[in-house]
Amino acid sequence: MSDAEYPDELLYHPEHDWARIESGSDPDSLEATLGITWFAQDALGEVVFAEPPAVGTTVTQGAPYAEVESVKAVSDVVAPLSGEIVAVNEALTDSPQAINEDPYGEGWLVRIRLSDPAEREHLLDVEVYRASLGG
Amino acid sequence: MPAPLRRTALHDRHVTAGAKLVQFAGWEMPVQYEGPAAVREEHMAVREDVGVFDVSHMGQIETSGPRAIELLQRVISNDLARVPVGGAQYGVMCREDGGVLDDLFSYRLDADRWLTVTNAANHEQDLRWWTEQARAGGYGAEDVEVADRIEQYAMLAVQGPRAREVVQAIADAPLPARMTVASGRIAGAQTIVCGTGYTGEDGVELLLEPAHAPHVWDELVRRGAKPAGLAARDTLRLEACYHLYGNDLSVRRGPIEAGLGWCCDEATGFIGSEAVRAVREAGPAEKLVAFAIEGSGIARPGNEIAGGGVVTSGTMSPSLGVGIGMAYVPAQRASVGTRLQIDVRGKMREAVVRAKPLYKKEA
Repeated sequence: MSDAEYPDELLYHPEHDWARIESGSDPDSLEATLGITWFAQDALGEVVFAEPPAVGTTVTQGAPYAEVESVKAVSDVVAPLSGEIVAVNEALTDSPQAINEDPYGEGWLVRIRLSDPAEREHLLDVEVYRASLGG
Repeated sequence: MPAPLRRTALHDRHVTAGAKLVQFAGWEMPVQYEGPAAVREEHMAVREDVGVFDVSHMGQIETSGPRAIELLQRVISNDLARVPVGGAQYGVMCREDGGVLDDLFSYRLDADRWLTVTNAANHEQDLRWWTEQARAGGYGAEDVEVADRIEQYAMLAVQGPRAREVVQAIADAPLPARMTVASGRIAGAQTIVCGTGYTGEDGVELLLEPAHAPHVWDELVRRGAKPAGLAARDTLRLEACYHLYGNDLSVRRGPIEAGLGWCCDEATGFIGSEAVRAVREAGPAEKLVAFAIEGSGIARPGNEIAGGGVVTSGTMSPSLGVGIGMAYVPAQRASVGTRLQIDVRGKMREAVVRAKPLYKKEA
C-alpha cells in the first residue's frame, strides 16, 4: 500500500498497534482483533515472516506477544489489550506480506477475548494517535 | 558528536528514486528503493534480469612501484604474483595470529600497479596496516607507493543475466571476461571495468570518477537496470554464500575456519601464514557452514546452535522461499546434511547444513 492510512473506528496503542472491538459481541465476553499500524509496517519494511502465538495463549496489554520480521529486522508486536487468543491469522504463514499490503484487513494477527475491557480507556483514538506520529 | 554521514555521488539519484537511506559504515546508503515489496523485486531483478547497485562506499587502495608486489604478498593471503596484468584475485588480510582483518579483491592494472577494493568499515584500518607494513618492511617511496583512492572512485555494480548486455551497449570496447579487468569508456566516462561481483550472477563492477557517476547511472537505468539497495545485495550474496566482513569474517576466526583456505597461499609468507598453515595442518575446530531452515522461521546473526556454534548471517531467501544463513559450527558437525537446532530468540528452529552455494543458477 502506498499512503498512510489510519481508520477512524480503531483504537491505537502508542507502540503502533491497533485493536478493533468486534461489534455484536456478548458484552460479557468482548472480543477484539489486533494488528500493527500502517506506520509500523512502513517502518519495518516488507514483512517476510510472521508467526502469531497459538490459540489459547494469554496476552497482556503493553507486553510483546508476537514477532514480525522484515528482511533486516525483527520487531516485537505489543498487545494493545489483554486477553486470551481465540483465533490467529493462519494465512500469514504463507503470505506475511499481507501485513504490508492490508495492515487493517488481511494483515490482522490475532483475535482475543478481552479479560479487562476497561483497558480500552488507555488506548488512543485516531486523532491522538495521528498526532503522536508528528505532523 | 558523531561525524556527519558521507554521501556518494549518487545521493540525489537515490533520494529522487524514493530510496530508504540508512547509515552504513559512516555512509548514508540506500537500503532499498520504493515499494512494499522492494527488496524482493530488486533481488529478483538481479536474478532474472539486471540490477545496479551504488557501492561507492567501498574503498580503494592503489599499490604501485617496483616492489609493490612484495608488499602485497605480505599483506594479502593469496599469491598475487600469479595474476597477469588485467587479472583479478580475491584474498584476505590477516593478523599474525591468522584473524581476518578484511577480505578484498585486487586488480592488476599494470605490471607494477594494483588496485585493491576494501570494505567500507575497514578502509581506514587497511590503509594504516598497508603503510605500517611498508614501513616495517623497510620499503622507501621509490620502492612502493600506497595511495588512498576512495575519493577518486565511485563504484557501481551491474549484476544479473542481462548485465553485460546493458553495459556493453554503452561501452566503447568489449567488456572484460569474468575475473579480469580492463579500462574503457562507459557512456563516455573513463572507467575501470571489472568482471566481478557479489551476487552469484554474471556482471561487472565499474570504477569511475564520482563526477561521471550520475550520468552513467542514468544510462544504465534507462536501459533497464533496476536500482537495488544494500538489503537485496545482502540476500543475493547470502544465497551465493559470499562472506560478509563483520558477520562471517572477523579477527576472532581465521580463513581456514571460514572456508577460505583456497585463497591462502602460505608459501608466499603473508602475515598470518604460519598460523594459517598450523590450522590447515591440524584441521580447524570450527567451520563456517551454510544452512537452510526446515519449516518456518528465520535465524539471525548471534543465534546460538544447540551443541555449539553460532549463526553469523541469516535472512529469508527470496529465491528459495526459506530461511537461510551461515554459521560457525564444530568441525565434526559441518558436513552437508547435518541437522542443526538453532535457538531463535527462545524458540528452537530445525535447520540442515547445505552445500554452498545455497542458490545456484541452473546451467
